Amino acid sequence: MSEHRSDNSAYALAWRLPMILWQGLFFIGPLIFMIAMSFFLVKNYRMEPALQVGNWTKTLSRGFFWDSYFLTLWLAGLAVIITTCVAFPASCFLAFRVSDLARRWAIFFLIIPFFTSYLVRIFAWQVILAQQGVINAGFSLFGIGPYTMLNTKFGTMIGYLTLCLPLAVILQTFSLANIDKRLVEAAHNLGCGRLRTIFTVVVPLAKTGLIVAAVFCFILSFGDFVAPYYLGGSKPPTLSIMIIDTSKSGQQWPRAAVVAIMMIVTMLVVALTAIGYAYRKRR
Amino acid sequence: MKDDITTRWLLRIYTAVIFIFIFAPILASFVFSFNSDRFPTIPLGSFTWHWYVTAFSDSDVWSAAEVSILVALSSALLATAIGFSAAYTDHRYDFFGKKAFLVLALLPPTIPLVIFALATLGWLSIFGASGKVVSIIIAHTVLCVPFAMAVIRLRLNQMDPNLEPAAWNLGATEWMAMKSVVVPFTLPSIVAALCLTAAVSFDEFAVAWFVSGLNKTVPVIILEILTGNIDPQINAIGSVVFVVSISLVVIAQVLVMGRIKKPETV
Repeated sequence: MSEHRSDNSAYALAWRLPMILWQGLFFIGPLIFMIAMSFFLVKNYRMEPALQVGNWTKTLSRGFFWDSYFLTLWLAGLAVIITTCVAFPASCFLAFRVSDLARRWAIFFLIIPFFTSYLVRIFAWQVILAQQGVINAGFSLFGIGPYTMLNTKFGTMIGYLTLCLPLAVILQTFSLANIDKRLVEAAHNLGCGRLRTIFTVVVPLAKTGLIVAAVFCFILSFGDFVAPYYLGGSKPPTLSIMIIDTSKSGQQWPRAAVVAIMMIVTMLVVALTAIGYAYRKRR
Repeated sequence: MKDDITTRWLLRIYTAVIFIFIFAPILASFVFSFNSDRFPTIPLGSFTWHWYVTAFSDSDVWSAAEVSILVALSSALLATAIGFSAAYTDHRYDFFGKKAFLVLALLPPTIPLVIFALATLGWLSIFGASGKVVSIIIAHTVLCVPFAMAVIRLRLNQMDPNLEPAAWNLGATEWMAMKSVVVPFTLPSIVAALCLTAAVSFDEFAVAWFVSGLNKTVPVIILEILTGNIDPQINAIGSVVFVVSISLVVIAQVLVMGRIKKPETV
């Protein structure tokens, strides 16, 4: 019996209101203020309340912004594809080939990096991938290299993978482990090859979870500034680096707000489209 | 699915490589922190405590550690309290706008930190509160509430729904039942939520960087050193940071997982 009473007693409200008040005041409040801020004026390095569209027209009419916009979109899209493909075989292994206990331990270990300093991990990659770093020293033993890996798209992707891979494997493993194994057996018994089984039975059955994992990868890498800055060299900058540059130098918070709102709108469109596709009924 | 030995081993090795990739930077940071070379490579240089000594004789690092600990403790306590109330509300009540309530509770992690940082900076500056330690605590609490709520909600799922009504029937008021039934039952998850949220706050750098002003936290110090140059001090500071946050996360997980394996009814 779950007592779902819709009462408004003092007791009920005492538990309901703290979250509404705190997140309303310090999460929704700032986001709404940011929209207002995008119409403000900056005079002598001070922000003044105003209602003018100058920040919008100036930002959106610059080619520099759109270069950065499509670069960020492209990098995040690439990160989604790479992360999804890299994670998938490992997720299959964890979902189908190991005991429940081993899977629980694997998830246990995958959760750890998600809550540990991303910044320090990126610094470690900086050292590992450097021109004289561990990887190139390893290559030189075989007489190849050195390869430039820092300040390239490759470096950025390593950073995005560091950020997204643990979460992608966790989410994919959960969705794969939940599919009905008998359907996979049936396909196999009917003579369906292994690869064909994966693409015509396993992937469609786990579609929702796989897409949710991909959406998280997109959101994480679209908004991240550390990987493109410290491993990718930041030339040209991504949108999040642009926000930092614009707001930290010259106090141009209103223009940074324009960039931020464009980012949120883009992520909303991508996420809603993907989720809509994920939950669409199969024919 | 039956498969031959080659495929099985290939998959095993592949998965092992994935795990190595994920943990390589963490392990490398530990190894490099004891390595004498300024630009570590293989073969490694000699063993040294030098970077730890340098880092810990820096008074900036110590004052940052103080700010970080203060912020992590305060926001963990606040976020766990708020997360508990939200989880309990979701567990027990149905009301108009409950979907919106849940969206509000779980949304913060989906907003990129840089954007949330900019918005918070602007918002707090109207109240003249930017650049203070309390502004970092406020923002970190917002980010931590969803994690606290999720952990405590998982535990509430395991609570027999008749437990609370039973206490009421025996004459307990709602507040008494909360104190002597719900809180004891969810205690492991409350401790887990405290650990997890402290870890989130302890590692967060973007929002702290934007709103902290002169009150830098440890990750902000790391960010500033990182922007300067390759400096192995970061490995020393980073290794300590790793030990702290990994311990917190592992304690949280053991508390959550230990209870899931053997459900009990108090």
